[in-house]
Amino acid sequence: MKNSQDRAPIAEALIKNVSKRTVSFDVPGHKQGQGNPLLRSFLGQQALQYDVNSRRDLDNLIHPTGVILEAEKLAARAFKAGHAFFIVNGTSAAVQTMVMSVAKKDEKIIMPRNVHRSAINALILTGAVPVYVNPGIDLNLGISLGMSVKDIALAIEEHPDAKAVFVNNPTYYGICSHLQAIVDLAHAHKMKVIVDEAHGTHFYFNKLLPMSAMAAKADMAAVSMHKTGGSLTQSSFLLIKDDKDTNRVRKILNLTHTTSGSYLLTASLDIARKYLALNGEKLFNSVIALADYARQEINEIDGYYAFGRELINGDTIYDFDTTKLSVNTGGTGLNGIEVYDLLREKYDIQIEFGDLGNILAMISMGDSTAKVERLIGALDDIKDVYAKDSILLKTQEYIHPIVRLTPMEAFNAKQKKIKFKDSVGRISGESLMAYPPGIPVLAPGEEITSGAIDYILYAKAHGSFITGMEDDSMETIKVLEV
Amino acid sequence: MELWFTEEHSDDVRFSIRIVRQLFSKRSHFQQIDIFESKEFGKVLVLDDSIVITEKDEFIYHEMMVHVACAANPDLRKVLVIGGSNGGCVRELIKYPFIEKIDVVEADEELIKACKVHFPKITKSLEDPRVSVIVSDGLKFVRKLNKVYDLILVDSTDPFGPNETFFTREFYGNCFTALTPQGILVTQQESPFYPQTAAAMVRAVTRMKELFGILKLYQAQIPSYPSGHWLFSFASKDAHPIKDLDKVFWKELNVKTRYYNEEIHSGCFALPNYIKEDILNETN
Repeated sequence: MKNSQDRAPIAEALIKNVSKRTVSFDVPGHKQGQGNPLLRSFLGQQALQYDVNSRRDLDNLIHPTGVILEAEKLAARAFKAGHAFFIVNGTSAAVQTMVMSVAKKDEKIIMPRNVHRSAINALILTGAVPVYVNPGIDLNLGISLGMSVKDIALAIEEHPDAKAVFVNNPTYYGICSHLQAIVDLAHAHKMKVIVDEAHGTHFYFNKLLPMSAMAAKADMAAVSMHKTGGSLTQSSFLLIKDDKDTNRVRKILNLTHTTSGSYLLTASLDIARKYLALNGEKLFNSVIALADYARQEINEIDGYYAFGRELINGDTIYDFDTTKLSVNTGGTGLNGIEVYDLLREKYDIQIEFGDLGNILAMISMGDSTAKVERLIGALDDIKDVYAKDSILLKTQEYIHPIVRLTPMEAFNAKQKKIKFKDSVGRISGESLMAYPPGIPVLAPGEEITSGAIDYILYAKAHGSFITGMEDDSMETIKVLEV
Repeated sequence: MELWFTEEHSDDVRFSIRIVRQLFSKRSHFQQIDIFESKEFGKVLVLDDSIVITEKDEFIYHEMMVHVACAANPDLRKVLVIGGSNGGCVRELIKYPFIEKIDVVEADEELIKACKVHFPKITKSLEDPRVSVIVSDGLKFVRKLNKVYDLILVDSTDPFGPNETFFTREFYGNCFTALTPQGILVTQQESPFYPQTAAAMVRAVTRMKELFGILKLYQAQIPSYPSGHWLFSFASKDAHPIKDLDKVFWKELNVKTRYYNEEIHSGCFALPNYIKEDILNETN
């Protein structure tokens, strides 16, 4: 098959299907919108006519042999992967499939401590054992970074039986690890590399952006096409480097993936892939220019620090995704959550998120200069109207966890509540995290140490947000009965 | 051959003008620009399918944008006009000898050029030595200023297109900072008659009230605009639009106007009950 990226086989088949005017006596019961006028007026006939069931000329997602397989192959070419799977259960489904593809029960997987919950959920499903690596922390900005190659080498040395290394690249804030070195190191030790690339779809379509997982020859990558690639929410790609693995990975994916994948979602992936393959270089050039412009203008306003490539340190910040507009707000005396709330309530501006020290605005191919001017203008006005004395946030160093039970064992174990301060030596049933920097202090199955208790109490006393404790007063904690 | 221009004032209401010929049509980076010649309204400037000015009734809009503020504050010297590349507001402003400097900021250079060619009688005002025309995003321009202007006029199109910015808190906040302590901000606020624009007006007014001590709405009748019933806002740090009106002083200036006069000045701030009660939720 020639590399005809101007095709979108699923979308084309859907259009053809409508033109045939086939009368349908199959699901979905709204029958191209005719059966539900309320939904039709809400979404429009155009969308509903494409919400159809698998049929011969539309292929099926579980075992594709027609237009879906063709679309998967085109996507694989676009991402320079061995194969690309269309995912409609969110990137979480792709992450779970990656974990389940590389580690079975009691097998080890090396991962950063602040891994996404979808990876932990996959560990609960499979019974695999996490080996946590310090993700690195920037104490001034209060954010977690990438994994240091040195730390991964150490983990590999201590756990030579580990099956794989899990990398989160880029982070939410746009921080990239030295992916190439990590892949080379892991492969030299016969370990697979799987990459949560939820925030890095655009890396595949522009030369100015950091290296993608497939370019670094990682074994698998979960790519949230819907985040920065322009497809509908919940649609993603799972990429694998070696197409010989296709059938095995498909079998694992089908354990949890829906049997009736939405054609609105798969067609949106198909069309978004076509659009990026044809226009990505140009589109992301302007996204980069827009974000760079915003960073420059925001840095001229007192109190804000829109960080960028100057942070690069060759290791835990090996590269930086400049399309992420991350702004430290500490100098205004306002924390990121306050700025997030002000933007939303007073300025009708919705940003991606705010934490104690920072806000993050996602700049994409849907933005214009005028819209970005609004964000800059709002930040300027917030500084004029709401600024307080600047705050210094206390961020602590990394706390090494002691994993006693696998996440699966902890998930299935009986639990009881005891006083938090008397819980030293017990095994935690809860997952505790302090913001900043948003790295777990304790996770289910881990031994509660006096260091962890001291840290949590200290962080709370110094204005950090503690999440994950069932008891809001933090008097009690759930521990395992064992 | 019949040739008509039709503007949709709502999903279910249309307004049409018979067109003699089309003079200009171009898609700029920001918007679709069209200029027609008509029998009834003379030349008509249309942006993104909405009438912006017609030769026949533009005087009402521009006089009401300018004279209410100028009559209420004879101390103003420096004026900023955001938008207004057709020169209508400036034509009214240069009638005041005490105004020393007028800056016009417009983002769309294509629009400036097209107006110059097709509305030369109005754009002539831009050649006054006090006037500078600056091509820039309006919000970006005001964002960098502190206590510079005594009056800012926002001569924008509707709040749903490329001029959406000019109805936001961030824009009003940065205008507030760019205004001197006696500064006044005048904006056009669309028609209160149709729900979509009325709701946008309420949002904009709420945002301005958070900043300015004095905020009054006033009205005018403009036949070519949706419903013909048009609102403007007068936001001020100090000057009150009615109490601070010096009728004698204004009379002595001998400013020639076709719509505005001292009686209209006071009368235009009287709002109909449906606006006060149903839209602004004010009780008498």
